[in-house]
Amino acid sequence: MLAFFIQRLMQAAFVMLVVALIAFSLFHYVGDPVLNMLGQEATDADRAALRTQLGLDQTILVQFWQFMVSAVQFEFGISYRSARPVSELILERLPATLELAIVSAIFAVVMGIVLGIYTAIQRGNWLSRFIMTASLIGVSLPTFLIGILLIYLFAVELGWLPAFGRGQVVELTSWWDTGLLTTSGLRSIILPAITLGLFQLTLIMRLVRAEMLEVLRTDYIKFARARGLSRRVVNLRHALKNTMVPVITIIGLQLGTIIAFAIITETVFQWPGVGALFITAVRFVDIPVMAAYLMMIALVFVVINLVVDLLYYAVDPRLRVQGGGK
Amino acid sequence: MSQPATQHNKDDVMASPKPSKWQGFLDSDIVHSWKQQPVVIMATLMTLLMFMGALFAPWIAPQNPFDPGQLELIDAFTPPLTTSDFTGNFYLLGSDSQGRDVFSAILYGSRISLLVGFAAVFFALALGTALGLVAGFRGGWRDAIIMRIADVQLTFPSILLALLIFGVIRGFMPGSMHAEVAIIVLIIAIGLSDWVQYARAVRGATMVEKSKEYVQAARVIGLPDIKILFQHILPNVMRPVLVIGTIGLALAIIAEATLSFLGVGMPATQPSLGTLIRVGQDYMFSGEWWILFFPGVALLILALSVNLLGDWLRDVLNPKLR
Repeated sequence: MLAFFIQRLMQAAFVMLVVALIAFSLFHYVGDPVLNMLGQEATDADRAALRTQLGLDQTILVQFWQFMVSAVQFEFGISYRSARPVSELILERLPATLELAIVSAIFAVVMGIVLGIYTAIQRGNWLSRFIMTASLIGVSLPTFLIGILLIYLFAVELGWLPAFGRGQVVELTSWWDTGLLTTSGLRSIILPAITLGLFQLTLIMRLVRAEMLEVLRTDYIKFARARGLSRRVVNLRHALKNTMVPVITIIGLQLGTIIAFAIITETVFQWPGVGALFITAVRFVDIPVMAAYLMMIALVFVVINLVVDLLYYAVDPRLRVQGGGK
Repeated sequence: MSQPATQHNKDDVMASPKPSKWQGFLDSDIVHSWKQQPVVIMATLMTLLMFMGALFAPWIAPQNPFDPGQLELIDAFTPPLTTSDFTGNFYLLGSDSQGRDVFSAILYGSRISLLVGFAAVFFALALGTALGLVAGFRGGWRDAIIMRIADVQLTFPSILLALLIFGVIRGFMPGSMHAEVAIIVLIIAIGLSDWVQYARAVRGATMVEKSKEYVQAARVIGLPDIKILFQHILPNVMRPVLVIGTIGLALAIIAEATLSFLGVGMPATQPSLGTLIRVGQDYMFSGEWWILFFPGVALLILALSVNLLGDWLRDVLNPKLR
């Protein structure tokens, strides 16, 4: 167990080190931070002073160490574009992204499981066939097209839901403004959440369906039926429970994907989240924001993968035997 | 009696080998399976249509949308199927804010989309195949390093990687170059984000092939490793690569469209389908729906039919892969 854990931890640390190296070289080799911060009018003495202050006169290794130390404290300097601390910019936009990601994950999981069970139990009727075909088309469409389609249908033509923005927000704590407590906020999150969750929904649905079909064929389900248990109990209590292990793994792995794909959804719906911030940063080559986002998203993925790996280890005894045999 | 018949056949084949090959192709499983699936036939036709439109865009399109001299500003926002009152030009799918014919823009746009898609797949395929061959054939530390990088890369979604690579490459370039080399940066970004699958497939196949007798024979007669790898092993590991490539094309087209839509791909002066959709989105609320609608439909048809075709090819060529 310990060896496995350490090995995985080392791998995670290695990934973070590589990403940090990329982020650092972005800082170091792209443009001149001193020029970027001081502008044209500064004197040479000013520049030299700032250079010493930023530690740019140190050796590369010392600079990299300092970069790592401040990165751990979530300090990435000042955004070139908005001249504000990057950590502040990200923190004020993080709640919007997290709310969107959580709502769409719940939507994807609930609808995915329900539709998966339905299409497995009612296999062959026209509705489940329709759902399966629609899911196939949904998977091959780019996310942003689906978003635009939804905006056109529900915002422009029908006028039911807002087409962009987050609606009205209320202050929850000093840094968390939530849109989930106002009517306009709730109405605003519907379309982005559906857009973001649709791909994961189809994935979970297909997985649940396949697993259910597998389980429904097994003997203990036949025996449960023979005992005269109602269909409902057999399907939900006996069959569903055993399909959940792979589904939970997939859901865990997909959480990171949802945060990554939030970039696209946030752009389509002008959602004021971290993803939209990152896209603007790429467009205007705002290195500090890019570097901070790079580190943040890498950390999210590394942590999720680590947790899933360890969960696997806890769930699957075969891994333990293999590890012990070495 | 059989003797002359064979003789005759042989002559026939020697005189014109093509028809018999063609006949063999028509009788093959692939064509048989193709004929039985109306959806696949439809997808093939739509793909061919899009490819032809893109290939012959300069001859089909009523105007060159990249040439500002050909744009009639007075015709801006002409609805579809309308002849302009001012210039007498006919706009099949309408025109945009600069009087650019949407139909021409789609033809030229799908040209760029397909170009980036094919080039990115080719880049990913070449890189992945080369690294996979080395990893599978040499093993040892080369294998360990290459596959470790592949593992790390697989934990991130490829569209995110493409976005990050695009941002990083762009960061290292002076701002004045961004628009000119956007297409090359896009190809590199999408290609680099997608080589892992090829490398894994090739590595696995190479490890199987390298222990076979023909490779040992080649070694015995003293051929250099490079020659064994590229002339003997490579042809035998290409099949899964081509299968992944056909699926990869649809993914690359979608990745390009997504990046361009996000405003970090092709610039508006040289629009791909994704750029056209991004520009068109601004007019969705003011009633000029065609500027967004038709490029969207074009991308939808392209992505869907290439995807269906790729899926079908994968099933026919290699049922084991999925």
